[in-house]
Amino acid sequence: MKTSPARPAQPAEKTAQRKAASSRYILKLYIAGQSPKSVNAIANIKKICEENLLGRYELDVIDLYQQPQLAQGEQIIAVPTLIRKLPLPLRRIIGDMSNTERVLVGLDIQKAA
Amino acid sequence: MNKPKPAPKSKPAPKAKSTPKAKPSSMAGSISKARPQLPKAPTGIQGLDEITGGGLPKGRPTLICGGAGCGKTLLAMEFLVRGATEFNEPGVFMAFEESTQDLTKNVASLGFDLKDLVARKKIVLDFVYIERSEIEESGEYDLEGLFIRLGSAIASIGAKRVVLDTIESLFAGLPNPLILRAELRRLFRWLKEKGVTAIITGERGEGTLTRQGLEEYVSDCVIVLDHRVSEQTSSRRLRVVKYRGSTHGTNEYPFLIDEDGISVLPVTSLALNHIASTERVSTGIQRLDAMLGGTGYYRGSSVLVSGTAGTGKSSIAAHFADAACRRGERVLYFSFEESPSQIMRNMNSIGIDLQQWVKKGLLHINANRPSFAGLETHLAMKHKMINDFKPQVAILDPLNSFVVGNNEIGVQSMFMRLLDFLKTKQITALFTNLTSGSGVLEQTEIGISSLIDTWLLLRAIDSGGERNRGLSILKSRGMAHSNQIREFMLTDHGVELRDVYVGPEGVLTGSARLTKEAENEAAKLIRNQEVELRRIELERKRTTLEAQIAMLRAEFAVQEIASSKIIGQEKAEKAQLAQGRVDMGLSRNVDAKPNIQKGGSK
Repeated sequence: MKTSPARPAQPAEKTAQRKAASSRYILKLYIAGQSPKSVNAIANIKKICEENLLGRYELDVIDLYQQPQLAQGEQIIAVPTLIRKLPLPLRRIIGDMSNTERVLVGLDIQKAA
Repeated sequence: MNKPKPAPKSKPAPKAKSTPKAKPSSMAGSISKARPQLPKAPTGIQGLDEITGGGLPKGRPTLICGGAGCGKTLLAMEFLVRGATEFNEPGVFMAFEESTQDLTKNVASLGFDLKDLVARKKIVLDFVYIERSEIEESGEYDLEGLFIRLGSAIASIGAKRVVLDTIESLFAGLPNPLILRAELRRLFRWLKEKGVTAIITGERGEGTLTRQGLEEYVSDCVIVLDHRVSEQTSSRRLRVVKYRGSTHGTNEYPFLIDEDGISVLPVTSLALNHIASTERVSTGIQRLDAMLGGTGYYRGSSVLVSGTAGTGKSSIAAHFADAACRRGERVLYFSFEESPSQIMRNMNSIGIDLQQWVKKGLLHINANRPSFAGLETHLAMKHKMINDFKPQVAILDPLNSFVVGNNEIGVQSMFMRLLDFLKTKQITALFTNLTSGSGVLEQTEIGISSLIDTWLLLRAIDSGGERNRGLSILKSRGMAHSNQIREFMLTDHGVELRDVYVGPEGVLTGSARLTKEAENEAAKLIRNQEVELRRIELERKRTTLEAQIAMLRAEFAVQEIASSKIIGQEKAEKAQLAQGRVDMGLSRNVDAKPNIQKGGSK
């Protein structure tokens, strides 16, 4: 995994120039099968990323039914869980990502325009 | 220390398979018909299986709740470890509070080697880490992740047992309690479907058994643990609040956590059905044996030695211990006031060497202040030590030190339980009890006297400016025993019993007895002398008389001789006279015919 360049892990300071330059987002979404919540979560997070992090994010969707051992490794309890691996610090967002505002706060992203 | 305890292992094993008929003995008796019973999963925890009639409900969740530090995690862990090691039921431990490393370290002190069990695929440890500050909620979620995790852990080792410790932490770590509640309900149903025997622990809440009211969801079996402090001493208790589809002991049972894990005392379930032995054991004091029908106490009986301070109660106890060790029996000596070395030193002074038995492992002295723990804990400890050491003789010295304030009822019930336990184990028990100087001698403060089989009373007898000790037998069930008071003396070769002096002056002991005995001795001497004197006098008289007789005899002899001499002369004279007459006649030519004289004289 790539390390986050230059910028130290720190809570959001709303300086536009810093964010634009550095942050590359690595996100992992853990879901369980094709439940309505899972489907919604995938759709919602894709939309949010496209709108706010275009070109500087990676999103993996992992089905825990396929890889149950990851649940322990990644400390997953609730499903769906979105984990922001980078930039640090690690953040988790649980739920079907229907509340865009909360997802953005959780990911520490400034809303685009 | 690798766990397998012999006792619990052998006991619950047979009931493991679905027909757990074994019950606390009190309930067993009449209703032991083979009725269909709830399948149970034995916990392997000493005593708990007895209370629950065989273990926790198999394939169902059980809630264990209680305040902080009351032993929930430990009980759950022991359930799992014993399941894995003794009943071949692998288990999953899902911890929400402690990391697996901490958990492993914490239970290592109880002799549970989790690392090894994990390596042998007997146990899976899973630490669920939830950090509230890292989590943001956006929309609806569920706990499918937990289900998947648990499911895969169960599948990985074919687990039959599951522990969730403490699942309520989820409420602190995850937002939206409504979802959580629904999900927990689903979880417990899911566990039932999986057919695993589960323990869910929960922290005690205000007015409810658990903070989040888990008892609403887990309703098959609820066990409450309690850790309370009274009179500055703590005791742990366990109570089965509910057990669907099964009878169970409903009392609060004391339990212990020590180096071998948890042990629960199902003491109140003991019934009065112990066997009474007719075998006798020596008291270690010959005269006392003689007083007790010649052979001492009954084996398995309870003996109480009571008396005021300094009357030699402990010495009698030490004698008994010494005698038992001499017979090769094992003795457990609970001391509540003296340290082991103090006891040994003191007993050395009366010629009893206890040290040698300690060295040989026959005697174990356990010294603890009564205030060291609560009554239940004391009881539980004793229970356990007796189970471990397996003595033939147990000594408790002294009982009354347990009485602090007004806890007599508690103390009495504790000793009753202990006594029953000792009797069922056929252990001869000797208790000492200090009676306060002002109190009634024939009474124990804790009122256990009615439970006692043989009761020796020691008392100080004040008289003639000194204190002496007297021993008598107040009662001794089932044997002829002496009604006499004996003087009790501590010598450098042990306890000695002497007859007291009983005479017109009353009962005398000590120097008074010695004086009296000396007086008697003198009187006897004088009488003897008098008799001798008379004998001599008589002898003298006889000698005198005999001398007189001899003298008279001699006199008589002399007279006799003299008499016969005179008689002889007389005759001779007569003869001469006659001759002279004849001669004269001849000379005078007498014509008379003195034929006879002539013839005769010729």
